[in-house]
Amino acid sequence: MDKTEILIIGSGPAGLKASLSAAGQGAEVTLVERDPFLGGQLVKQTHMFFGSKEHYASERGYKIAENLSREVKEHPGIRVLCDTTALGYYEDGIVSLESGGRFTVIKPQALIIATGAQENTLMFPNCDLPGIYGAGAVQTLMNVHGILPGKRVAMIGAGNIGVIVSYQLLQAGVEVPAIIEAQPRIGAYHVHASRVRRMGIPIYTSHTVLTAHGRESLEKVTISQIGPDWQPVAGTEKELAVDVLCISVGLTPLTELLFQAGCSMAYIPELGGHISVRSDTLETTVPNIFVCGDVGGIEEASSAMVEGSIAGLSAALNLGFGVDSYAGKLAAARRELDDLRRGPVGEKIRSGLERLSSFREVAQ
Amino acid sequence: MLEKAGVPSGQQVAAVKPSKERLARGPVAIVECFQKIPCDPCYTACKRGGFLPFEDINDLPRMDFEKCNGCGICIGACPGLAIFIVDETYSEDEALVMIPWEFLPVPAEGSTVQGLNREGEAISEVKVKKVRSAGKNNNTYILTLIVPKEFAHDIRSIDN
Repeated sequence: MDKTEILIIGSGPAGLKASLSAAGQGAEVTLVERDPFLGGQLVKQTHMFFGSKEHYASERGYKIAENLSREVKEHPGIRVLCDTTALGYYEDGIVSLESGGRFTVIKPQALIIATGAQENTLMFPNCDLPGIYGAGAVQTLMNVHGILPGKRVAMIGAGNIGVIVSYQLLQAGVEVPAIIEAQPRIGAYHVHASRVRRMGIPIYTSHTVLTAHGRESLEKVTISQIGPDWQPVAGTEKELAVDVLCISVGLTPLTELLFQAGCSMAYIPELGGHISVRSDTLETTVPNIFVCGDVGGIEEASSAMVEGSIAGLSAALNLGFGVDSYAGKLAAARRELDDLRRGPVGEKIRSGLERLSSFREVAQ
Repeated sequence: MLEKAGVPSGQQVAAVKPSKERLARGPVAIVECFQKIPCDPCYTACKRGGFLPFEDINDLPRMDFEKCNGCGICIGACPGLAIFIVDETYSEDEALVMIPWEFLPVPAEGSTVQGLNREGEAISEVKVKKVRSAGKNNNTYILTLIVPKEFAHDIRSIDN
């Protein structure tokens, strides 16, 4: 049977950083990625990142992916398995993998789960028409494969993803007649909202999609204002002729492996759904299983990278690596994480984490 | 307005505008960043001390307009594309406005295009004076526009 000291599942911002920090402490790492390339969602991010120098501020996501992937591939302590899906976790600590139709098993001494999240969807009449996509699919088509999703795209959701994908659509030469947001306020960073607005894209807050229309594929959508009771306001219906409707209404952590492994889970809506209870060093209630990134709560890529470092350092420490340098490196990472979460936009994350910590006492 | 439609209010815009005296002395950066988010590359990009040090990475940027010479290096460093340079001294009735630009085609120097306000409305024709890259590893362009002076604090984009 294949063995490894630390197995890391997922090579997005969290998994890449976890690999580098664990291997940096001297541990032998195996990194598993379902896609043929490393980087996760970073590879689709063409905008400059926020944060400070430590979080690669002003660099574009795909560049960060390129740089970190190169570092990972060149590191002698990291074995990279792309095109490989982690299928399951077994009671004896064995993880099953699938690659090219072949089933294998691997036994790690420590496991870091960095599987990220999946997109939420929205139900409305005709929501199954061709032409209705999740924002992630639109980004994959455009920014990975160079394929335009359509000619005229309406966006549902004015969070960071909805607004930034609208901007990317505009950059690709696609018309975006509207961004529609059910909440009374824009969830995206306001600077993102302002940049699409000054290019002429209107943002309709307190609006929702009522129904989609089309015979073979999407031809138009009916949108309407919604009142404080979250019901459509009669007489405010508007029709938008679009061939694509892009849905960006939040993410849900991909927690299957954590459930399988028997980690204590808690439902924390602020963090996107079921989240594993974990210590300050991101160790779950099952010893030597760690979480980092969106699977541990929906947040920004910058905090996912810092969490990856924390999980990598801590998993390595559990196996006896990097004992001398651990405390200093951990303190630095914790400071960065606190900085990223301290402001008003981190409020939801902070309250979610606080609620999660109350489950921690119950679990102990 | 900003959190409902993405357009900052007149009051917000006025609050980050340099004084009349400073504007009369030449090019200066205007930072239209109104929400506390964890982000500080404007401060680290400026080597002249034009940005006051951040006590917390979530602080809003604060400028020392006396130290800013309007070089524009902060434009390409700002992930929010929220920094503009205004030079009211360009001519009697025209001002220069520098904006970040990330669309194709990149307008040709000397061409005339529609200048857009913060709501994306065309409010005046403007002339593209200069097009430059924001840096070797930065795919943002910086456009210098010649705009009628009365629109120097309104034009923030162009029609692509």
